[in-house]
Amino acid sequence: MPTALHGAIDCDVHIPPPPTAALLPYLDAYWREQFTIRGLVGADFALTTSASRTPLACRPDWRPGKGESGLALLQRHVLDHFGTGIAIGHCLHGAVALHTEDMAAALCRAVNDWVAAEWLSRDDRLRASILVPTQNVALAVAEIERCAADRRFVQVLVLAMLDHPLGRRQWWPLHEAAARHGLPLGIHAGGLNRHATTPTGWPSTHLEDHVVGAQAFDAQLASLLTEGVFTKFPDLRVVLLESGFTWLPTFLWRMNKIWRGLRAEVPWVTRLPADILRQHVRITLQPVDAPPRPEMLAATLAQIDCDDMLLFSTDYPHWQFDADAALPEGLPEALLPKLLRGNALATFPRLAETAP
Amino acid sequence: MSRHVVARVSEVPPEGALRVTVKGRPIALFNLSGEFFALYDRCPHEGASLCAGRRVSIAVADTPGEYRLERRGEMIRCPWHGWDFDIRTGQSWCDPEHTRVRRYAVSVEAGERLAKGPFRAESVPVSVEDDYLVVEV
Repeated sequence: MPTALHGAIDCDVHIPPPPTAALLPYLDAYWREQFTIRGLVGADFALTTSASRTPLACRPDWRPGKGESGLALLQRHVLDHFGTGIAIGHCLHGAVALHTEDMAAALCRAVNDWVAAEWLSRDDRLRASILVPTQNVALAVAEIERCAADRRFVQVLVLAMLDHPLGRRQWWPLHEAAARHGLPLGIHAGGLNRHATTPTGWPSTHLEDHVVGAQAFDAQLASLLTEGVFTKFPDLRVVLLESGFTWLPTFLWRMNKIWRGLRAEVPWVTRLPADILRQHVRITLQPVDAPPRPEMLAATLAQIDCDDMLLFSTDYPHWQFDADAALPEGLPEALLPKLLRGNALATFPRLAETAP
Repeated sequence: MSRHVVARVSEVPPEGALRVTVKGRPIALFNLSGEFFALYDRCPHEGASLCAGRRVSIAVADTPGEYRLERRGEMIRCPWHGWDFDIRTGQSWCDPEHTRVRRYAVSVEAGERLAKGPFRAESVPVSVEDDYLVVEV
């Protein structure tokens, strides 16, 4: 076991979406019958970025053997192996991309209840995010209200590429509910499979998808900041999941610079944008963009200039590092206590209630 | 420090601006509802002439979506990159701690008085009938 990671809080592990048959017990009678008679039990509702569709999404030595449950794999590969203190799991189910919002809401409820019963109740090191039906903000808020009483849910989970930028006021009830319950808004890489994944249209390759994906995150940060979400909801924290972070310094510089000339558009933004973002935004460690020399990573962190920003993550089971090298070379030693635990405890207030 | 007669008052119309040169320095004169102010006429950012900028107010909002103007027309917006400066103080709105334009004291003096000195009016012929702007540099 790599001792440096013992007790760490892993802020991004993946809970593989279950086969639809496994969700039937968690659907209400109407939807259970509908799924059965409409032949939907065989549909997997997998997003294109799921491990089953994207080989890169699962490290070869972490692929499941026969008959081993997802939880057993997570325990063997991560929780027991690294001696993880707490891990926050995300179940990226395709429910969020459906066009029918009632079915999406029913599936999100089923997924969240399945996560609670089949994962959280079976390993007390696990926490999870609330999957919400972003097709309809009122339904998303209802799902937050329904799940928030279970303190093992520590975050709200949405995808980075949605129908509308997250700062817009139609989303504010979601931000209000998240902030009121002490749940950061987790924005995970990925989209709804119906909007081009680059600003200039559909790419041809997974390669482009992976490289350009970061642009969705700076668009979301720009939207949240300029629309005044952090002014309106000063307690809200946003966590970028699987976004990478080497793009952040130039984004912060550019934001500050352009704001100076155009700030009359957003008079509620009364401080330097970079200062507001450093206060409200957190980013998970993996994937690291692997600059060619370790000192380049250290230089990027110095440019981000915020020891509170990064949250340790393995991004299990995605193939972001080999062997036990979850901590990239170039991380300053002095940053490790905050990176591995302190920042997560400060970001997710619910973790401190039960932190081992 | 010396005091320089730089323009007739009528050359800087209400809410207008005029660029003059004193001791080789470009200076922007502003008329703010009959009050006169003078700033060094180079933006501290990249050096644009502030005289060529637009007069704007300060936009404020207590909450997103509620817009209100304060200090109507009392800011000058640099024509190049939109940085706003307070005409009264030269302070930058965005970065008042670190960025400011030098301001100079301006006074309005009657031509009759100027004719007696000790003002330097090398560039502006003074007549006793007019009022003049005098800048201390």
